Amino acid sequence: MKIGVLMKQVPDTETKIRIKDDASGIVVDGIKWVMNPYDEYAVEEALRIKEKKAGSTVTIISMGPKRSVETIRTGLAMGADSGILIDDPALEGADCYATAKALAKVMEPENFDLILCGKQAIDDDSAQVPQMVAEFLGMPQAMVIDKLVVSDDGKKATCYRRIEGGAKEVLEVDLPAIVAAEKGLNEPRYASLPGIMKAKSKPFKEINLGALGLKAEEVGAKGAKLKVKKYFLPAEKAPGKIIPGEPEDAARALVKMLREEAKVV
Amino acid sequence: MYFPISEEEKMIQMMVAQFADREVAPGAAARDESGEFPRELVAKMAQLGLCGMMVPPAYGGSGVGAVAYALAVMEVSRACASTAVTMCVTNLSCEPLLAFGTEEQKKRLLAPVASGKILGAFALTEPEAGSNLTEISCRAEKKGGRYLLRGTKVFITNGAYAGLTLVLARTGEGNRGLTAFAVEKGLPGFKVGREIHKMGLRASNTVEILLEDCEVPEANRLGGEGEGLRAVTNALYSGRIGIAAQATGLLQACLDEATKYARERRQFKRPLSGHQAIQWMIAEIATGLESARLLTLSAAALKQRGEPFAREASMAKLFASETLIRSAYQALQIHGGYGYTREFPIERIYRDARVTTIYEGTSEVQKMVIARETLRET
Ligand SMILES: Cc1cc2nc3c(=O)[nH]c(=O)nc-3n(C[C@H](O)[C@H](O)[C@H](O)COP(=O)(O)OP(=O)(O)OC[C@H]3O[C@@H](n4cnc5c(N)ncnc54)[C@H](O)[C@@H]3O)c2cc1C
Ligand SMILES: Cc1cc2nc3c(=O)[nH]c(=O)nc-3n(C[C@H](O)[C@H](O)[C@H](O)COP(=O)(O)OP(=O)(O)OC[C@H]3O[C@@H](n4cnc5c(N)ncnc54)[C@H](O)[C@@H]3O)c2cc1C
Repeated sequence: MKIGVLMKQVPDTETKIRIKDDASGIVVDGIKWVMNPYDEYAVEEALRIKEKKAGSTVTIISMGPKRSVETIRTGLAMGADSGILIDDPALEGADCYATAKALAKVMEPENFDLILCGKQAIDDDSAQVPQMVAEFLGMPQAMVIDKLVVSDDGKKATCYRRIEGGAKEVLEVDLPAIVAAEKGLNEPRYASLPGIMKAKSKPFKEINLGALGLKAEEVGAKGAKLKVKKYFLPAEKAPGKIIPGEPEDAARALVKMLREEAKVV
Repeated sequence: MYFPISEEEKMIQMMVAQFADREVAPGAAARDESGEFPRELVAKMAQLGLCGMMVPPAYGGSGVGAVAYALAVMEVSRACASTAVTMCVTNLSCEPLLAFGTEEQKKRLLAPVASGKILGAFALTEPEAGSNLTEISCRAEKKGGRYLLRGTKVFITNGAYAGLTLVLARTGEGNRGLTAFAVEKGLPGFKVGREIHKMGLRASNTVEILLEDCEVPEANRLGGEGEGLRAVTNALYSGRIGIAAQATGLLQACLDEATKYARERRQFKRPLSGHQAIQWMIAEIATGLESARLLTLSAAALKQRGEPFAREASMAKLFASETLIRSAYQALQIHGGYGYTREFPIERIYRDARVTTIYEGTSEVQKMVIARETLRET
């Protein structure tokens, strides 16, 4: 099988986000960049399918600035075969629509049998790119999947998703399709040291808009259907209070505080 | 800090950092409490290629340099110093095999350790020979195609779990009378003695090894008779980079715990971090960490480039460990009474830190090396 994995580089979850003075974005200096955690599940799932189906290949595709190469290499170090980065200054300010358009364009000629990705990127939390890519490529989509079974003949995939009340929904899609990973799909592996040492020698290409046959008006800030007006941080919360002591006494103290200080009961 | 590292080194550091946060740190307090050796965790580390990091892939290792090794040890140690020493010693035991082993020995004896199939141990210390290895009295007597090893080794890290233990024993008199042997677990006469009950590093294994006419085939002798000291000396120098990195990782842990606590705890209507007395301690810990990291990486880079590094490795080890002792004291002090309890990681860090000025050559021994190298007339 030919498997493509969409991967985005995001700030480490521990990052303390700061906003630029002009509110146009976040300050990126000093941020540690990592693979979007949901994409880790996608990479892992792709590798597991590859290990089961002889002759399969896994290609990591990312759109982002130059530094995204490092994260693509992490995927290669985990065991993926090749990587593609779409990097163009004109892509600055692209929204989900523009991003999906560029990603779809780069994947079109690859003829993947299966495209895996994370259910959302933990930086903007939009959770829209996979669906839009599916539309652009005219493929079925299965979102927020925590179990995936590809049929032996590689023609179909059965996808499981959790729904309200702990129930499961089971979807069956014809391949090629795009499947977005939810936490729990698998336990992603770490790149091994030998894997890391080999990563640099694996095929990797960088593509700009010209090579993709797209114009800046279509996919950059100008092609975006959505404009970000400003960023701001939520108001700081007052620190919580820890009530020490035995549970019984603590509960009594809590009720007293709710009554006398917070005046809510 | 500015220290140029390659893209691979950065990736290795990031991977090990993530592994340390997710897999090593969570159980560290419980392992310290129970003293249980983390076999599963060590197996996972072996799978990632952390056991024979500097051994070429042809002999089962990962083929990375000393800088990547130091960075990896720092990250593991930050999460759990016991796990870090387990890792250091198994990596260390590969070095004499790589440097002095024949092709056949590298395939047969080195590869299983380097690939992480078995753990390695390094047995030099004896009851009467600590800082001065030339006082080793363990005997190796040649009988036919074998040597019979007789003596007691103490403080042997990984001893009870190692599949291969490097032993330094005496085949003649004086400094030139020491010979190195690779002793496989299960050879007749190889016995694991009592476990040492330690102040810290409680989840690392430290035992006595009893050699009771232990039969070692001649094929397991490293180098020639009398070449033992030469075979292990370079490994000892490089082991100091490992322990300097372990101390640096612990320094990072001190800084992390101290800043976290100082920001959260309030006294005199302010966070502790608002008091200058606390700020100065934080500043000292942070500066010590930065310096220790630079010295350690610099020694590692020298080794990686094939340049002499004994003096720099000793300096890094001396500085990182002594600075750690003061920093652990300060980080615990910042925690007040709570730092003296098992509720906070700093209590374990404080105990784990203490040994770093002792093993792999005491601070006094490091000073001897540094002085010798510095005073040497060129
Ligand atoms: C947790 C742990 C793990 C260990 N793991 C291993 C291992 O895997 N393999 C192994 O072989 N060993 C191991 N060791 C042993 C360790 O290397 C020794 O403890 C160390 O070398 C010091 O030797 P000693 O304890 O006999 O102290 P001694 O040599 O008796 O030293 C006692 C004190 O005297 C000082 N001193 C000694 N000689 C001089 C001098 N000439 N001038 C000034 N001061 C001097 C020392 O610096 C020290 O402060 C381990 C030890 C510990 C605690
Ligand atoms: C084993 C043990 C037994 C104890 N027994 C008793 C007992 O019998 N009875 C009892 O009442 N208490 C007891 N204590 C509590 C002990 O007295 C307190 O731990 C101690 O007073 C410090 O308070 P703290 O732990 O809250 O630290 P904190 O007051 O939170 O101090 C934390 C750190 O901040 C520093 N600091 C705080 N304020 C300032 C400032 N303004 N400027 C600069 N630095 C500052 C402190 O010096 C310390 O380094 C005991 C504690 C222990 C560990």
